[in-house]
Amino acid sequence: MNTEILSILLFFVVTAALSYPLGRYIAGVYSGRGGLVDRIFGPIEQVMFRLSGIDPKREMNWQEHLKALLTINMIWFLWAMFVLLNQGWLPWNPDGNPSMTPDLAFNTAISFIVNCNLQHYSGETGASYFSQIFALMFLQFVSAGTGLAAGAVVFNAMRQRTAVQLGNFYDYFLKSCTRILLPISFVAALFLIADGVPMNLAEGKDTIVTLQGDTVQVSRGPVAGFVAIKQAGTNGGGYYGTNSAHPLENPTVWTNLLENFLILLIPMAFVFALGFYLKKQRLAWMIFGVMTAGFLIILGTTVWSELRGNPAIDQLGLAQTSGSMEGKELRFGAGLSALWSISTTATSNGSVNAMHDSFTPLAGGMQMLDMMINSLYGGVGVGFLNFYVFIILATFIGGLMVGRTPELLGKKVEAREMKIAMLVALLHPFLILLGTAIAAFYTAQGHPMAANWLNNPGFHGFSEMLYEFTSASANNGSGFEGLGDNNTFWNISTGLVLILSRYLPIIGPVAIAGLLAEKKYIPESAGTLRPDSATFGTLVFAVIVIIAALSFFPALTLGPIAEFLSL
Amino acid sequence: MKHKKSTPLFAPELVREAVREALIKLDPRRMWRNPVMFTVEIGTFVMLAVCILILAGDTTQGSFGYNFSIFVLLFLTLVFANFAESLAEARGKAQAASLRKTREETPAKVIMDEMGSYALRSSNELKKGDRFVCETGDLIPADGEIIEGIATIDESAITGESAPVIREAGGDKSSVTGGTKVLSDRIVVEVTTLPGESFLDKMIALVEGASRQKTPNEIALNILLAGFTLVFIIVCTTLPAFAQYASTPVTIAALISLFVCLIPTTIGGLLSAIGIAGMDRALRANVIAKSGKAVETAGDVDTLLLDKTGTITIGNRKATHFYAAPGVEQAELIRAAAIGSMADETPEGKSIVELARQFQFNPAAINLEEARFVKFTAETRSSGVDLSNGVRIRKGAFDAIKNIVEKAGCQFPEEVAVEVKGIAANGGTPLVVIENERVMGSIELQDIIKPGIRERFERLRKMGVKTVMVTGDNPLTARFIAEQAGVDDFIAEAKPEDKMAYIRAEQGQGKLVAMMGDGTNDAPALAQADVGVAMNSGTAAAKEAGNMVDLDNDPTKLIEVVEIGKQLLMTRGTLTTFSIANDVAKYFAIVPALFAAGIPALDTLNIMRLSSPESAILSAVIFNAIIIPLLVPLALRGVSYRPIGASALLRRNLLVYGLGGVVAPFVGIKMIDLVVGIFL
Repeated sequence: MNTEILSILLFFVVTAALSYPLGRYIAGVYSGRGGLVDRIFGPIEQVMFRLSGIDPKREMNWQEHLKALLTINMIWFLWAMFVLLNQGWLPWNPDGNPSMTPDLAFNTAISFIVNCNLQHYSGETGASYFSQIFALMFLQFVSAGTGLAAGAVVFNAMRQRTAVQLGNFYDYFLKSCTRILLPISFVAALFLIADGVPMNLAEGKDTIVTLQGDTVQVSRGPVAGFVAIKQAGTNGGGYYGTNSAHPLENPTVWTNLLENFLILLIPMAFVFALGFYLKKQRLAWMIFGVMTAGFLIILGTTVWSELRGNPAIDQLGLAQTSGSMEGKELRFGAGLSALWSISTTATSNGSVNAMHDSFTPLAGGMQMLDMMINSLYGGVGVGFLNFYVFIILATFIGGLMVGRTPELLGKKVEAREMKIAMLVALLHPFLILLGTAIAAFYTAQGHPMAANWLNNPGFHGFSEMLYEFTSASANNGSGFEGLGDNNTFWNISTGLVLILSRYLPIIGPVAIAGLLAEKKYIPESAGTLRPDSATFGTLVFAVIVIIAALSFFPALTLGPIAEFLSL
Repeated sequence: MKHKKSTPLFAPELVREAVREALIKLDPRRMWRNPVMFTVEIGTFVMLAVCILILAGDTTQGSFGYNFSIFVLLFLTLVFANFAESLAEARGKAQAASLRKTREETPAKVIMDEMGSYALRSSNELKKGDRFVCETGDLIPADGEIIEGIATIDESAITGESAPVIREAGGDKSSVTGGTKVLSDRIVVEVTTLPGESFLDKMIALVEGASRQKTPNEIALNILLAGFTLVFIIVCTTLPAFAQYASTPVTIAALISLFVCLIPTTIGGLLSAIGIAGMDRALRANVIAKSGKAVETAGDVDTLLLDKTGTITIGNRKATHFYAAPGVEQAELIRAAAIGSMADETPEGKSIVELARQFQFNPAAINLEEARFVKFTAETRSSGVDLSNGVRIRKGAFDAIKNIVEKAGCQFPEEVAVEVKGIAANGGTPLVVIENERVMGSIELQDIIKPGIRERFERLRKMGVKTVMVTGDNPLTARFIAEQAGVDDFIAEAKPEDKMAYIRAEQGQGKLVAMMGDGTNDAPALAQADVGVAMNSGTAAAKEAGNMVDLDNDPTKLIEVVEIGKQLLMTRGTLTTFSIANDVAKYFAIVPALFAAGIPALDTLNIMRLSSPESAILSAVIFNAIIIPLLVPLALRGVSYRPIGASALLRRNLLVYGLGGVVAPFVGIKMIDLVVGIFL
C-alpha cells in the first residue's frame, strides 16, 4: 500500500516538474518568440493562413475574438455532422459501420466540439476510421486549441497596460494546435504504439481465439494517435467504448502512467505559462499552489477511501489487501485508479480507466467535487479561465479589505466585471442543481420516463444523477454509469447543459479580461493588494470552497455523504 | 484636533428615532432597493402564510410555536437591518439639525441703491447677486463674498472653533458662510447662492441622506451580494426535489431558515449603514463630503499634494542664529537686530527678540519712546526703526538690503553674502541687518517642522500614498525642508499652474491625486484633483471646485480624509468576508437538521452536537439575526485602519474577519442552542 502512495506522489512531482518547462515553452509560443520552433512550424502555418485568407497580424478586440471563436466552432460542428451522418459510405470504413442517426450525430458532434466527449456510441461499432480521425480526433484537436486560444487572449489582456487590441484569435488558435498539441500528441502516440496500442488504417477487426477457446472479434484502427490527443487535450473521449479501461487503449501500467501524465500536463503547464508570459512567476506559483492544495486534498481523500476498501466487505470478514477493487482493472490497482479518477475529473478530461460508479462513496463524492470546482488545473485553457473568475471575486473582496476599491494587476474591478464574474460563477451550480432537481423530481414522482434511469436506489441513485449533470456542466464527459442515460431526457438536458457550460465560461472571462484591459492602468504601491501573495492565495481558496464547494453541500449530503455515513 | 462632543452610538433619542424609521422601511417598495434583505422579507411573508395555514389546520409543517418563532426571528432580522441604516441616518440627521439651527431666519440688511441705503429683509428672500451689509453683532444671513471691508467673524457655529477669523474683500479669504457672526467692523457682501441652495443647505441634504446615491463600489458589491443570494436561491429551491427523492420531506420553515442564514444578510443589512457612517465620520472630522463617492475615492488616493505652510511647517518661521559680519561684535549685531525688531509684531520679529534674550539682551533696558518704526512693505521688503539719536536700523531680504547699501555708495561685504547663501541652502531664510549703511550681519530664520508630521508621512508611505510638498520657497530651501519632513517629493517656487501640471502628470500615470486649497487660483487644480478638499475659509470658487470642504481650515485634514476613505472600504470588505465565512457553520447547523428525520446517519454531520433539529434551525436563525445589531457599532465606527502594508493588512483582516467569521458562528450557535434547548 505504501508503495502505491509513494508512486502516486512521485508521479505527481514528476508531472509538475515537467509541466514547468512546458509552461515556459507555451509562453514563448504566445509571445511570438522566434527561434527553432518558428523555423519549423512557421512555414506550415503561413501556408494555412494563405489558403484560408487570414491575416494573422490583424489584431482583434475581445468581441472580435469571441466572434471568431464562435463562428469557427459553428463551422466545425457542421463538418462533424456531415461526416458522422455519412460515415457509412465515406472511405476508411473497413468494418462497415453504419452512418449515425441524426440525434446521435448531433449529440456526438456537440459533445466533441465542447471538449466534453460524452459518448453515447461505442467506437468499435459506431464510428468508421474516417469519422474517428476526421470528425472526432479533429474535434479533439481544435476544441482543445479553442480553449488554449481563449486562455491566450486572457493572458494577453492581463499583460496590457491599456489596450483594446489583443492579438489575433486564429493566430493563437493555430499555434496552439501546431506548436503545442500536435508535437506533444505525436511523441506520446509513438510511446503508446511502442507499448502495444494499435495504429492502423487498412485492416478492420481481427479475430482471436481466447484461452477459453472462444472466438472474439477485436477492433483495431488509428487508436494510438486518437488516445494521445484525447488525453493531452483533456478531451477524454475514448476510441473504444470502455475508454482507457480497454486493454488496447491502455494496455500496461506504463501506458496508464503516460496517459495520466498527459491528462495533467498541459493544464498544469498553462498556469506556469501565465507566469512566464506576464513575467510574474510568483503569481503563477500562487495559482499553482491553490490548485495543488485543492487537488491534493481531494486526491488524498480518494486514495485513502479506495485503499481502505469497502467497510461492508470488512464486516463480512473478507480481507481487502488491494483496497476496493470493484470495477477496477487488475493491471492498474486501486491506488492508480484513484489517481486517474481524480486527475480526469479535475481537468475536465473525462476518460476513465475504472468504473466510477463502483468507487467507494467518498471517492465518488470527491470526483464530483472535483468537477464542481472545475478549476483545479481544469481543462486545457478553460481551467485557467474558470480560476480567473475566482481570482476576480477574491480580488473584489480582498481589495476592499485593504482599504482600496478593488484592482487586479493595476485595473479596477467594477460593477460590469462583477456582474459577468458572478453570472459565470452562478452558472455551474445553476445547471447542475437544476438539472439534478428535475431528474430527482421525475424519479420521486415515479414518472414512467424515469422508470429505467437508475440501476441503484437510494443515495447512490441520487449520486448517479448528480454525477451526470456535474460531468456535463463541467464539460468532463465521464459518466458515473449505472445511469440509463441514452434516452430523450438525458440526451436533451445534458446537451443543453453542455453548450451553455462550454461557451458562457469562455465568453465571461474573455469579456472581463477585455474590459479590464481597456481600463486605465494604475501603478502598484505599498497600499495595493498583491495577487501573488500566499495570503491572497488563501483568500482565493476560501472563495472556491465557499462558492464552488459549499453550494453543493446539501446535494452532496444527500448523495455520497449520506451513502458514506450509512455504510 | 478639536472634535465636537461625540454623541454616544446608542443615544436614546437616536435609537427611538431609528426604531421608528426601521419599521417604516419595511415597506416592500423601499426594501426592493436592497435585494438581499428584500428576499428575506419575502421569506418572512411566506412564514406568515405558513403560520396562518397551521392555524387553519395544516399539520405537515410542524408546531405553530416553532413556525411562529421563525417568523418572528425573520421579522426581527429585517428590523435589525433597517435599524442599522436608520441609526446611521439618524446620526447624520442629528448632525444636520445642529447645522440647521444656524439656518433659522435671519434679518438681512439689503442694499437698495447706489447711495448705500438699505432695507431689512428676511434671509429667505435673498436672491443671488443681492448685496447686504453686516455690522458688528450681525448674523450673516446667507453665503456670499465680501466685496467691501474687512471683519472678524465668529465661525464657531459651523466649525466649532471659538477663535474668530478675519475675512476681507479681495484675496482668498473673502467668502463668508450664512449663520456665522460678525464680531467687529462692517462688510458688504454679495449673495452667491440661491436660498435653499446654499452650501450648508446642500450639505444638510447630503448628510440627511436625501440625495444619497449608491457609489460605484457599493453597486459592484451589491452585485456580488445579489449573486450570492441567487446561488442560495438555486440551492434552496432545488432542495425540495432532492428531499422528495430521498423521501425526507423538508419543512418550509427549515428551507427558508437555511436560505436566510446562507444569504449574506449581515453585510446586506449593514451595507448602506456603512456608507452613511463613512460620510458621517468625515463630518465628525469637520469635513463635508459632497458625495459618498468622494469619501470612497479618498481611500484610493495615491498622491497627496500638501502646502508647506500650515501643513508641514508651523505657519511661522523662527530666528535660530545670528551671524555677525567681519569686524562686528556678535553682541553688537544682536543688539541691533533686537532693537530693529522690538516694534515688529510679526511672528518672525518676535522670534528675533526672543532669540536675542537668550544672548543676555534685555528689551526693558531699551528706550524706544522717541523712535520711529518703519513697517515692512512689499516695495522695500525691509523693516526697522529710526532711533532718536539718528541711527537707522533696517533688517530685510538680502537683495533689498544690498540695494540700500550699494545705493549709499558702500561695498556689501562678500563674507555676509556667502553666509546668506549658506543659510538658504540649509533650508533657512536669511535676513540682513544694517545700522545706517554698515552691514552688521545676518539672521537665520528657520521653518519649524510640525512635531509628529514625519511619522504621519511615514504612515502615509506605508499606506502607499506619496506625499508632495508644495511651497513658494526656492528649490534649495524646499529640498531641505522636504528632507527634514520626510515628504517624497516637492514643488518649489510653485505657481498654481505648477500644481495643475503636477496633478495632470500624476494622473497621466494612472494615479489618483488629492489636494487641499483655498484660493480662487486653486480652483482649477481642485477641480482637476480626484479628491479636492477646499477650506471653508476659501473662496466660493474653490469650494465649488472641490468635492469636500474642511470646516476647520486645517491643512493636515487631507491625511485624515484618506484614512476615512480606507476605513469605509475596509469595513465593507471585512463585513462581507465575515458574512460569507459565517456560512460554513450555518451549513453544518442546518443541513443535518434538514434531513435528520429521514436519514439518521447524517447526524454525524451535526458536529456542533446541537440538541434537536428545531433547536439547530432556531439557533442558526437567532444567531443570524442578532449578529446584525452586534455589528452595528463596528459598521458605524468603521474597522480601524493600520498602515502596515497591503499584504499584512489582508492577512490580519482575513484572520480576524475570515477565520473569525468561520469560528464565531460555531461558538455562537452552540451557545444559543444550549439556551434554546432548555425551552424546547
